[in-house]
Amino acid sequence: MSATTPSKLEKMLKAGHQAVTSECGPPRGSDAEAIKEKARMIKDHVDAINITDNQTSVTRLCSLAACIHLKLAGLDPILQMVTRDRNRIAIQSDILGAASFDIHNILCLSGDHQSFGDCAAGQNVHDLDSMQLIQTVRHMRDEGKFLGGEDIKRPPSMFVGAAANPFADPYEIRVPRLAKKVAAGVEFIQTQCIFNLDKFERWMGEARDRGLLEKVYILAGLTPLKSAGMAKYMKNRVPGMDVPDEVVARIAGVPKEKQAEEGIKMCIEAIQRLKEVPGVAGFHVMAIEWEEKVPEIVEGGGLYPRPKLD
Amino acid sequence: MIVANGKPLEEIIGVVKGHRKILVAGCNECVTVCEVGGTKEVGILASALRLHFLNQGVEAQVGETTLQRQCDREYVVGARVTVEPYEIVVSVACGVGCQFMAEEYNKVPVVPGVDTSFMGGALERGVWSERCQGCGTCLLAKTAGICPVSRCAKRVLNGPCGGSTKGKCEISKDVDCAWQLIVDRLSSLGRMEDYEVLTPIKDWSTDRAGGPRMRIKEEVAS
Repeated sequence: MSATTPSKLEKMLKAGHQAVTSECGPPRGSDAEAIKEKARMIKDHVDAINITDNQTSVTRLCSLAACIHLKLAGLDPILQMVTRDRNRIAIQSDILGAASFDIHNILCLSGDHQSFGDCAAGQNVHDLDSMQLIQTVRHMRDEGKFLGGEDIKRPPSMFVGAAANPFADPYEIRVPRLAKKVAAGVEFIQTQCIFNLDKFERWMGEARDRGLLEKVYILAGLTPLKSAGMAKYMKNRVPGMDVPDEVVARIAGVPKEKQAEEGIKMCIEAIQRLKEVPGVAGFHVMAIEWEEKVPEIVEGGGLYPRPKLD
Repeated sequence: MIVANGKPLEEIIGVVKGHRKILVAGCNECVTVCEVGGTKEVGILASALRLHFLNQGVEAQVGETTLQRQCDREYVVGARVTVEPYEIVVSVACGVGCQFMAEEYNKVPVVPGVDTSFMGGALERGVWSERCQGCGTCLLAKTAGICPVSRCAKRVLNGPCGGSTKGKCEISKDVDCAWQLIVDRLSSLGRMEDYEVLTPIKDWSTDRAGGPRMRIKEEVAS
């Protein structure tokens, strides 16, 4: 299958390689060195790097500017864009801005509610939702037109992604929801952090049965746990997260100073297992404020060195 | 109905202090039903203000009235004899009523005694819940009769978002996930195939976004 955009991630996937992506959160300040340093730590071990967009609604340096910094450093960033903070004018404008720097990947999200962040008293926009954002990018790219119908001079050339949470409720629509995103035009999916591997495999099986895996690349999302405390926090406090009791028990079962190491080990084991699941097109490693561990995880998972593209 | 919350007494006192002739004006419609601005609540607020002035040793007259509808000019004009002797009116009607009063009585300050909150209904005595934001283009036929604009914290039209957990919204365990309700109802109606129909990008020009709205029924408007 030939790639439709210059995205390295798209080429990697279409060449049949399991892709590896990771993510970096921009700093809470204007010093770009922080994000560039995070990216340098992982750049040889991943094919593309997500830049989060004011994640958990905490105000940070903008995703677009951070992506530009990475792009200028020769990396392949994935622009995360939430519909929480922008109307359709700002969305199309930012897409063009990203395209002007030849940023070739976008991840379309709705974004956490602002009540989680540092501006709980703020408005949210949600002029579009994440599916409509997928449609918007595809429309701009494929039709070369604005939502308003006018032609775009030099349309964006972006590989279009979205998130999927195989664990959120209601479970009965998890696969239909994926089908809906595919119908909207999504080309790759990065999943929510997978701790419940059985449930993820069941979701993949159902997606495969519906023929969705021929239409979309699924990157399995993985987050190494740093401690039993983090495991419990994610289990109990993070919406839509499914951390089974045995996962918490395993990390809580080792001494505190060994828990981080155990967390990395568990993450690597998950990659090794999920690599064999038909349809898993790659991995999205979200090492939250722990980017330095990404190389170890990628190597441990047998995903290094990264394949060279022609 | 339009649902409102009573403002804290201290805030109302802060606004009316300095005046000696204060009228508390209620409304017989929505705010009566949601027990915040009817005759009964007018009486309670007026008593509280009288008690405050008494404690301060200030001689003040606090009057009470309840209009049939403060959002109807006919009734607002009809209250002229009652309103004009006063220095200030505390309207415990919704924001519409408060403004209609202010528009009519340009020599008398009219201030709100309630915070107008939403359009909703009573789930049980003393509990009201939002159902509509007046977006101007009703989607209920497509969403199994449950409104994602007013009931989803992100007004997601193709939901649910990833934050839905055990039927609840990510913002609070006390808030139902609108899309869980939609899916449950589609399921009980035997219409799950409708879930996969993409809701297109919405025209928000009929919403607040399009500017102040007006409705004219030609056959009755003069």
